[in-house]
Amino acid sequence: MRRILFEGLMRRPLTEAAPVKDEEMLVELGASVERAARRRLGRSLSIREVDAGSCNGCELEIHALNNAFYDLERFGLHFVASPRHADVLLVTGPVTRNMREALERTYNATPDPKWVVAVGDCAVDGGIFSGSYAVVGGVSGVVPVDLHIRGCPPHPSQLLKGLLTLLEI
Amino acid sequence: MLIDTIEGKKIAGHRPHPRLVVNEDGWRFITSQLSAGYWTLLSLWGDTGAVHMAVLDASAGEIAVVTMPCPGGHFPSVGALHPPAIRLERALRDLYGLEPVGLPDPRPWLDLGFWDVQHPLGERRDAPPRRPPYAFLPAMGEGLHQIPVGPVHAGIIEPGHFRFTANGETVVRLEQRLGYVHKGIEALMAGATIDAGARLAGRTSGDSTVAYALAFARAVEAAVDVEVPPRAIYLRALMAELERLANHFGDIGAICNDASFSLMHAQCGILREKTLRVAGSCFGHRLMMDVVVPGGVARDLASGRVTEAASLLEEVGRRFPELVELYDNTASLQDRTATTGVLRGELARQFGAGGYIGRASGRAFDARKLPGYPPYDQLDFEVPVFEAGDVNARVWVRIREVEQSLALIDQVLRQLPGGAIRTTIDPAGEVREGLGMAESFRGDVLVWMRLEGSRLARCHLRDPSWFQWPLLEAVIEGNIVADFPLCNKSFNCSYSGHDL
Repeated sequence: MRRILFEGLMRRPLTEAAPVKDEEMLVELGASVERAARRRLGRSLSIREVDAGSCNGCELEIHALNNAFYDLERFGLHFVASPRHADVLLVTGPVTRNMREALERTYNATPDPKWVVAVGDCAVDGGIFSGSYAVVGGVSGVVPVDLHIRGCPPHPSQLLKGLLTLLEI
Repeated sequence: MLIDTIEGKKIAGHRPHPRLVVNEDGWRFITSQLSAGYWTLLSLWGDTGAVHMAVLDASAGEIAVVTMPCPGGHFPSVGALHPPAIRLERALRDLYGLEPVGLPDPRPWLDLGFWDVQHPLGERRDAPPRRPPYAFLPAMGEGLHQIPVGPVHAGIIEPGHFRFTANGETVVRLEQRLGYVHKGIEALMAGATIDAGARLAGRTSGDSTVAYALAFARAVEAAVDVEVPPRAIYLRALMAELERLANHFGDIGAICNDASFSLMHAQCGILREKTLRVAGSCFGHRLMMDVVVPGGVARDLASGRVTEAASLLEEVGRRFPELVELYDNTASLQDRTATTGVLRGELARQFGAGGYIGRASGRAFDARKLPGYPPYDQLDFEVPVFEAGDVNARVWVRIREVEQSLALIDQVLRQLPGGAIRTTIDPAGEVREGLGMAESFRGDVLVWMRLEGSRLARCHLRDPSWFQWPLLEAVIEGNIVADFPLCNKSFNCSYSGHDL
């Protein structure tokens, strides 16, 4: 164990450079959050992830944000265990009817100010699952969405870019 | 032999295994064989006016599908004698409205009361406006308390509800309630084109997208009876083993992390990320979604990428043994994983539990060996089996499988044939049926389908988790609440694959 730890001290960090800002995402988010986020949150966001019916592909890439390469916490972003501690809900999936109420209750349990980020193609409009009896079809049909990060699943660097957009504007 | 003992009418155009239509006596006979432990239940699913089950005779190495027509809307419950069928029958009842007579647990399973329709795959009806609340099973005794968890969990994981009954720290009963991520995949499959079906199959459980796409493709190829080019067969195995590597790295790290040993988590996370990057660079998608397609693969491996895959093998081959040593030599970690969450071998066999769960409890089943599929018959590998059945054994199965996957990838890269990567699938207008199995990192995935021309009339997908989730309830009994995350992570069942 000592050797692995020692190596970690000597080796160049694996962590990658921060991604550049995405103009499209900046536009979508608009000016509404601009000053508020910086003032109220001081460049720090607590994120609660909610799987509202994803295939678990998005969860795998969201998990990757915590690895040594993407290292989310260096930007003041971190995942929390309860919606009561969260500023951001990171929602995946087409929102199944069976998860709709749970998502609403999670949203209501999150204190203001709060933002909702919908992750993945099926979180936009249900994607490949739209039209099913078991699916609402898109996160914005259930709770107000501030930002969409597309992809099936989105690359971790796209997720990082999207989340940083919340902070950097 | 399995097939010879079943009396029924053989259906033409069902490949590669036979399908037999049986009467009620035949159905009961098969149930008794399952219950006596001679055969293993591979799946049970509904159809319009009929029920099917797939059974395995492991000693003869045979698989068969049996069908019982149920014009009256009911059939003798298999679960009444063979508990592994209970949840499948509860799901079938929700989706088709067919009644398994004698089903010991008639509570709904996937229908949580939020749909507009009842029996979405059978005779659709408007859902009743109000339903009684779900009755959890009672646990009685002095000093017991309940801990409800979920569907929204504390980590970045899928939703499901766990109802613990505990006496102080000790879990007396765990009851799962799943179905929260039910997306209606089998209904979306009905009437879909083969291509659309393949994309849906690849999103049934994202972590096993290659295995699902492979099982689906193999079912299509069996149904229409086409040969896949050799190069595609080897590229499929490359992807399947990369997927297994990435998931096992993630799991080994996450299990240790649930024992608060974050060093392993960080180090395994690096290996996982490197594997995904190689997958992304070789096949254009980190999880390799939509690359395995019916008829072959959608994307060729550029010759320059072979060295990337080879250098991954070199790096993992160098780093991984250090991590294994770290795992093995950290007493405080072993203290958490050894003797925790023991799954008895007889339960693993009764439920036909696949993957690391079965193999950590002495059940050696691996779909790559039985029924077996190319190119694994040309490759040299072992199926690691442990007997202890605890969290530690499930970690060790993964460790040994990482080593086997590295060796497999090495062989694939060395033996990779040239040539075409895809054959066209041209189904004629007739009705054809196929069954495909593939070994995901989690266990055997089964896909059954009936094609009418180029469209899917019915497609059933069975995740390995169906036969693993119920065992987690058994495994946690008598353990402390704080060890549940370890037990659960060592199982790592799929919610989405199960809920469909």
